[in-house]
Amino acid sequence: MLSGVAMDTAAQGRVFAPWNDPDEEPLIQFRSVTKRFGSFTAIDNLTLDIYAREFFALLGPSGCGKTTLMRMLAGFETATEGTILLEGEDIAGVPPNKRAVNMMFQSYALFPHLSVYDNIAFGLKRSSMSKPDIAARVDEMLRLTRLERFARRKPHQISGGQRQRVALARSLAKAPKLLLLDEPLGALDKKLRQDTQFELMDIQERTGTTFVIVTHDQEEAMTVASRVAVMDDGRIVQVATPAEIYETPNSVYVADFIGDVNIIEGNASRQQGETIRIHWAEGQEPIVGTPSAPIAEGTRVHFAIRPEKVTITAQKPAGRANAFAGKVHDIAYLGNISTYHVKLANGQILKAQAANNQRIDRRSFNWEDPVWLSWTDTAGVVLTG
Amino acid sequence: MRRRFSWFNATALTFGFAFLYLPMLILIIYSFNGSRLVTVWAGFSTRWYGVLIHDQDFLNAAWVTLRVAVVSSTAATVLGTMAAYALVRVARFPGRTLFSGMIYAPLVMPDVITGLSLLLLFIAVGLDRGILTIVLAHTTFSMCYVSVVVSSRLVSFDRSIEEAALDLGCTPFDAFRSVTLPIIAPAVISGWLLAFTLSLDDLVISSFTAGPSSTTLPIRIYSAVRLGVSPEINALSTIMITIVTVGVISASFMSKRSLARRAADEQKAQQQ
Repeated sequence: MLSGVAMDTAAQGRVFAPWNDPDEEPLIQFRSVTKRFGSFTAIDNLTLDIYAREFFALLGPSGCGKTTLMRMLAGFETATEGTILLEGEDIAGVPPNKRAVNMMFQSYALFPHLSVYDNIAFGLKRSSMSKPDIAARVDEMLRLTRLERFARRKPHQISGGQRQRVALARSLAKAPKLLLLDEPLGALDKKLRQDTQFELMDIQERTGTTFVIVTHDQEEAMTVASRVAVMDDGRIVQVATPAEIYETPNSVYVADFIGDVNIIEGNASRQQGETIRIHWAEGQEPIVGTPSAPIAEGTRVHFAIRPEKVTITAQKPAGRANAFAGKVHDIAYLGNISTYHVKLANGQILKAQAANNQRIDRRSFNWEDPVWLSWTDTAGVVLTG
Repeated sequence: MRRRFSWFNATALTFGFAFLYLPMLILIIYSFNGSRLVTVWAGFSTRWYGVLIHDQDFLNAAWVTLRVAVVSSTAATVLGTMAAYALVRVARFPGRTLFSGMIYAPLVMPDVITGLSLLLLFIAVGLDRGILTIVLAHTTFSMCYVSVVVSSRLVSFDRSIEEAALDLGCTPFDAFRSVTLPIIAPAVISGWLLAFTLSLDDLVISSFTAGPSSTTLPIRIYSAVRLGVSPEINALSTIMITIVTVGVISASFMSKRSLARRAADEQKAQQQ
């Protein structure tokens, strides 16, 4: 236990949060950037700062503008309005081949006629680097991505996971200030994807490069990123650390997009100290929640609570701020956990998650069992947007 | 998958192949005829091949044809590839639809009209008819064929490979030369071969644009046949058929072998 405490303090000492430091100069600044394709607005008046050494994730459904944002950083698209600054300089007029930015493409875009070695050396040969230096750099990249054995192979002679590593090595070879990753793990199967996520984080930390990743997979964004920007319809809805995005979403959209959530709509009563009461259904006790900012009486609010924060019990628990009786309507068994869909007296279905720390034949609840759902007054978030 | 033998299929196959190859087979057989009369068989002989290689007129015509075909197909390949690249890659520019329509129009234009209009143009600008005018004419009509072949390859080509080259520091021209061109090379080569064979056997456009000193082989054969088919021409045609057959068979053999090797490589990569 002692060593655990020591590790925690060490981590506290070097916590990485340049976005909280007002003196820190951002590496990339989007200033009221708008991008239109004909009459379609892909990016709508967007302002965003990304800091050096960040692993920044752009997360959103397809068509939300995240790929356009990345292509503007790479230089394949230009902003219709607004400016994009890289280290304080406007990059609007700089063509892609002159930018200290490299990109790893979703399709990997390896050159099929060149060997793994020549693919990685491709960008270096177009810089002022000398031949021996190029060879040394390529060898270093091959070691970093564990591809030494495949240097002489052509892209079609290696597996999908190896191709992904070649693409990464090639885009890192020129030591860019900024590396853009467009759905880099989309083509890999789940097991390989999870291994590669940790590999990516490790490489990002070792090279100290700023990574911007585009993904539609929220789990991937949560795993790798230092900060996540949730996008919808050309706008950024929320930018925060994965924990903040998950625990304190600023809107129903973010709460619903990230993870599983119960959302209950109701009217706020007058605030009493820290907490408010939300009247949400006839004949049901109001929900007690803690809003992050004062809320006026009568405001229409959404109460969002994660299923794992809802406790399921057979008896009414004592001393919980919120407790509701219901019947088990459905059970989703996921192996390590189970999700219980519980129907309350007014017909509302709430989800509660419990760890399966007993074998399935000794499960405490079954279909149609009467149960109680409960949570504390700080377990959920009260949303007005 | 093995189908049962069926009389219908066998008959269809026999008729189809007979229709395609019987004329050529007869031509090849009669090229070894000893007689001066084409239709009367007088025993096996290679004498007409001997006569052919001493016929200076035919040799001159063959040399003109070869030079015209090499130069015009090379020019057509360069121009056709450039046009295809512009049409496929540059997304929007004024007059794009008109331009793409105009590129493909010569495909369906009757040769007589192409030949006549070129003739009128050459007379108007005062260009003497000769090898140069045939080359220009052949480049004009074969360029669109190259364009079709190359653009079909470019359409299926992953655009992000070019973007990756730009991203890694290539200028647009460097990206085309070091990435796009090597990848589309098979299509460019088959475009060149197509233009080359079109130029080799063109009669109509050549006869409009050729001068007295620049007779091509098809023109020479056509004028010789008007005076009666000589066994010499059978021999010449047999040589041309042989060259084309060897070329086609070796090309398909090579592409089949490279496909098989690639499939084996991919399987090996998956197993590791």
